[in-house]
Amino acid sequence: MAERRSPAAAFAARFEAASAGGGPRLAEIPFLTQIDLRVDPKSPAAERIGTAIGVPLPLEPGTAVRGGDLTVLWLGPDEWLLLGPDGAAPGLVERLTEAAAGEPVSVVDVSAQRTTLVVAGERARDVLAHGCALDLHPRVFGPGRCAQTTLARAGVVLVAGEDGFRMLVRSSFAAYVAEWLLDASLEYVTPPAGEAAPA
Amino acid sequence: MSGQPYRREGATGRVLRFRFDGQEYEGLEGDTLASALLANGVRAVASSIRLGRPRGVYAAGCEEPNALVQIEEPFPEPMLQATTVELYDGLVATGLPGQGRLADRPDPARYDAVHAHCDVLVVGAGPAGIAAAGVAARAGARVILADERPEPGGSLLGTAETLDGRPGREWAAGEVAALAALPEARVLGRTTVLGHYDDNYVIAVERRTNHLGAAAPAEMARERVWRIRAKRVVLATGGHERFVAFAGNDLPGVMLAGAARTYANRHRVLPGRRAVVFTTNDSAYAAALDLADAGVEIAAIADVRQAPGEAWAARCAERGIEVLTGHVVTAARGEGEVSSVETAPRSKTQGAGGETREIPADLLLVSGGWSPVVHLFSQSGGTLRYDEGLGAFTPGEARQAVEAAGFARGVTTLRGCLEDGAEAGRRALSAAGLAVPSEIAVPAVGEEPPAAPAEHLWLVESGDYGTHFVDLQRDVTVGEVLRAVGAGLSSVEHVKRYTTAGTAHDQGKTSGLLTSGVVAHALGVEVAELGTTTFRAPYTPVSFAALAGRDRGPLHDPVRVTAMHEWHVARGALFENVGQWKRPWYYPRPGEDPGEDMEAAVLRECRAAREDVAAMDASTLGKIDVVGPDAAVFLDRLYTNMMSTLRAGSIRYGVMCRADGMVFDDGTVIRLADDRFLVTTTTGNAAAVLDWMEEWLQTEWPDLRVHCTSVTEQWATVALVGPRSREVLARLAPGLAVDNDSFPFMTWRDTEVAGIEARVCRISFSGELAYEINVSSWSGLALWEAVMASGEVTPYGTETMHVLRAEKGFPIVGQDTDGTVTPQDLGMEWIVSKKKADFVGKRSFARADTSRPDRKHLVGLLPEDPGVLLPEGAHLVATSSLPEPPVPTLGFVTSSYRSAALGRTFALALVSGGRERAGERLYAPVGADLVPVTVTSHVLYDPEGARRDG
Amino acid sequence: MLLIPCPWCGPRDEAEFHYGGQAHVAYPEDPAALSDEEWARYLFFRDNPKGLFAERWSHTAGCRRWFNAVRDTATNEIHAVYRVGEPRPVIA
Repeated sequence: MAERRSPAAAFAARFEAASAGGGPRLAEIPFLTQIDLRVDPKSPAAERIGTAIGVPLPLEPGTAVRGGDLTVLWLGPDEWLLLGPDGAAPGLVERLTEAAAGEPVSVVDVSAQRTTLVVAGERARDVLAHGCALDLHPRVFGPGRCAQTTLARAGVVLVAGEDGFRMLVRSSFAAYVAEWLLDASLEYVTPPAGEAAPA
Repeated sequence: MSGQPYRREGATGRVLRFRFDGQEYEGLEGDTLASALLANGVRAVASSIRLGRPRGVYAAGCEEPNALVQIEEPFPEPMLQATTVELYDGLVATGLPGQGRLADRPDPARYDAVHAHCDVLVVGAGPAGIAAAGVAARAGARVILADERPEPGGSLLGTAETLDGRPGREWAAGEVAALAALPEARVLGRTTVLGHYDDNYVIAVERRTNHLGAAAPAEMARERVWRIRAKRVVLATGGHERFVAFAGNDLPGVMLAGAARTYANRHRVLPGRRAVVFTTNDSAYAAALDLADAGVEIAAIADVRQAPGEAWAARCAERGIEVLTGHVVTAARGEGEVSSVETAPRSKTQGAGGETREIPADLLLVSGGWSPVVHLFSQSGGTLRYDEGLGAFTPGEARQAVEAAGFARGVTTLRGCLEDGAEAGRRALSAAGLAVPSEIAVPAVGEEPPAAPAEHLWLVESGDYGTHFVDLQRDVTVGEVLRAVGAGLSSVEHVKRYTTAGTAHDQGKTSGLLTSGVVAHALGVEVAELGTTTFRAPYTPVSFAALAGRDRGPLHDPVRVTAMHEWHVARGALFENVGQWKRPWYYPRPGEDPGEDMEAAVLRECRAAREDVAAMDASTLGKIDVVGPDAAVFLDRLYTNMMSTLRAGSIRYGVMCRADGMVFDDGTVIRLADDRFLVTTTTGNAAAVLDWMEEWLQTEWPDLRVHCTSVTEQWATVALVGPRSREVLARLAPGLAVDNDSFPFMTWRDTEVAGIEARVCRISFSGELAYEINVSSWSGLALWEAVMASGEVTPYGTETMHVLRAEKGFPIVGQDTDGTVTPQDLGMEWIVSKKKADFVGKRSFARADTSRPDRKHLVGLLPEDPGVLLPEGAHLVATSSLPEPPVPTLGFVTSSYRSAALGRTFALALVSGGRERAGERLYAPVGADLVPVTVTSHVLYDPEGARRDG
Repeated sequence: MLLIPCPWCGPRDEAEFHYGGQAHVAYPEDPAALSDEEWARYLFFRDNPKGLFAERWSHTAGCRRWFNAVRDTATNEIHAVYRVGEPRPVIA
């Protein structure tokens, strides 16, 4: 296989430096499997798919569920995004298509459509709040929540975890979002002397 | 304090040095520039915009109309109020003649924004605001308390009142510090709430490092815009004192009484030595007594009323302060500043008898009453009503979950404000669904004398209104307001526009109601009937830098790049913005000095594509997977041509129109399987086409079993073009049969290219033999490098792509079309199906308008001089000289290039009845010249299509 | 900035939505059967009331669903949101 390059590969060193400076932990998780699934949630196919992947499709808007090495994100009333490890796409597409058994289901490999950025650590919420209009308070957007929304001027899929967030970013926007995150983190990386960092 | 002659004894704080109008001064930490200037006896701070009259400090906050300054160092900032500029060491400022100067260099400071959410936003950290925020926050609500000043306390900062036995300033600081320590509370000091929009969306600006001067940390955002979404808003915004219109009421030394009190108490500065007080209400007595205690001689109090508050009159008598009841100030006099004040019985100004007195004084304190700060309440959609007791507008009906508390809704006593704030806090709790504590302790405050009613006086009558100012910042006098009324204007909105009163950057905080009062006086009506002018955001001026925040420079707008971008950059490509995408525009040949110019590079790239082999990064094209049993039916309804007859393995070009029949987008449709298509869109329209598809599916055809998924960035695409493209592809994809019969035009094959899983499509946007190779975008760079590895393939950019397609007459949606162009106008009748019963746009092709013979058609233009390049956008006329305007235009140039293949320039144009004009000579006005051009077919190169199979 | 209650995602900033104009304007059953004037009415004519207005929105930056809302054009208050295909609710 020829060499693959992930959309934010050029930012690895700057992400690391920012994370080491006491700011939020920034990183790219490259090459995750991502499958966009469209299916009528009330159809037998949806149920069979749940069985096939080992976890029922979440029906509550804005929630994510985990099953094995898969995370299933609710994207819309008939749309889910399945996240899995690198290389899982062909097998997953096959399993989903098989479970659909001819019902009108759309299964599209979108692994390279978006890349996954991590914004974690104590300052994660503060950094995101500079560009995300969602209420990220842990009581409102805690672990298990996900949302399609915007960060600064880019569309993102935001997934809340125990130690911060995963953010799925369109590949062409990855450099913009990476630059934006680094810029928004600057204040937290080197706390200004004599000034308390904002609460 | 010998250097600060007007500083009171006992002032503490670090000494700060500053320069004003070229003069060195000292001030104290905690000063504003205004208090520091007053401490140094600087009376004239600025001059007025229209009349050039000297002006001094008038107020002590953001309502200041006069003392406009420009910060010169560390970074120039114009139009600041000396009353809101915090003093810092090394500050350099100058007074302004009504307007400032923009910086001549980029602002090096950082600015940012933050989104915040809360159960209750409390605006104003005075007694009412602190009480409201305290009640809500202690019960667990998410609270934001914002205040524009550097320290909390609001009105308490200017008075000498005590709460629970502590000085007001100390009490406020303690309460707010305790609040800030609560986990769900956030206190924002130096934060002005500027705008109150729908659904309690509130914009505030926090000034974070301005007060640090050169010591401001570079990495810290200087100003921060807060975008707050509050479930409920409590406006504890207090009030602004008004002045009265009398002769010379703009002289330095005339000051609002409450402001003077603030300078004496908070800043320990005496704004003068000997004062006359002119009032319509009791509040100025407290100011007069505080100033007297501070050492200012109060020469007299002229009170409009016959009966001031008894307690106040008694206290004045105790101190030997003369109170002139039923008196007004008729004039402030002096050269450049107040040296005397003329008083008279009010009856005299109204034509009756009475004696005037000229009282020597260097200070004239004025109180025309207090107006609640209702700006935000009004912005939020709330109504206002006139309160006869206050002589001011107070909040009426709220339109949103917002309420005013304390003086902002007309509560005048300290105890009342504290109780009112606490009640607002309780209501916020119950609105948030939180438990409301039954008992709420309100701090103990001193007894306040019962207030005597105020008498509302707007102007002191006179035969000459030339220096009776109503708007100090705009230099508008009573005389001008009367002229406006005399001209027939009876609405305050019209008077505002006619006179400009209230339109300065203080937005009439001190002058708005006064203007209404003068208009009412002139018309002989009540102020309540006239109403007030509209309150609009921003409450105080805000810099564009703050509003721009982080969206500057490289982060101004997203820059979208393809997987191959780094290669293009390394190769020295110049880039073109296509929507948010950066696309290589052309690649000047490396290693030459001076570098190849665009014209030479594009001619070279075009020749390579037509005569040899060239490649372009085509990854930016929009791509949508359309999947489902009804996918073919769906595409038949959206495209003008038939898609259901396309066989799996094949590709068809298609055009989409809006329902009005105008071209919306074009691209190729690839049939992957019976129930699966891959649709490409133009680069700029990818999101719009997906939205368009979803709109029809969701709102009109929910019965169709089709799903659309964007895969634009899933794929990276290399267009390989030219007579030698087949042999290059054959080498890169040894497993692929590339001969014309095995791999015909408009088909696709899955294969490996350079060892990468790929889908190769035989399509052409140039008329040449060409392929588009699609791979996972993770492998886009690897594919591109493999294509370029042998060095025989010329990379080309968007400019060459444009020339190649234009030579073939292929239109670009959005360049050769503008939403008013049908497929027929483009000469593409062939793509409009006659067989389909309906598709989006079909009915519109039967409208009379779409078959008018004079519709603009896409045609080619050949300038008679083959070296002349027409500017895109140039108009076309029929005559060799221009007639008198209006000049009838026949159309305009949409694309214009130099062609290597044609050996000349050419253009595409939309021309009225253009197809019937082939061979006609038209003229394009270019500068002073009329350039003759010949109309021709829009297909200029290889009209037979002989080249596409190589 | 309105806060628009997406029927699926809940309240989100207006910036996440696209406006779709008047609701309940169906694509004609048989456009070919319409006169030019009737077709022009479908294409170009929409109501513009002061007060309650049923209109279409799409949560483009979120779940990408189209839905309808009844908004008071004078106050911007959104009185109801409902899914495509559902009848316009009666607002008291």
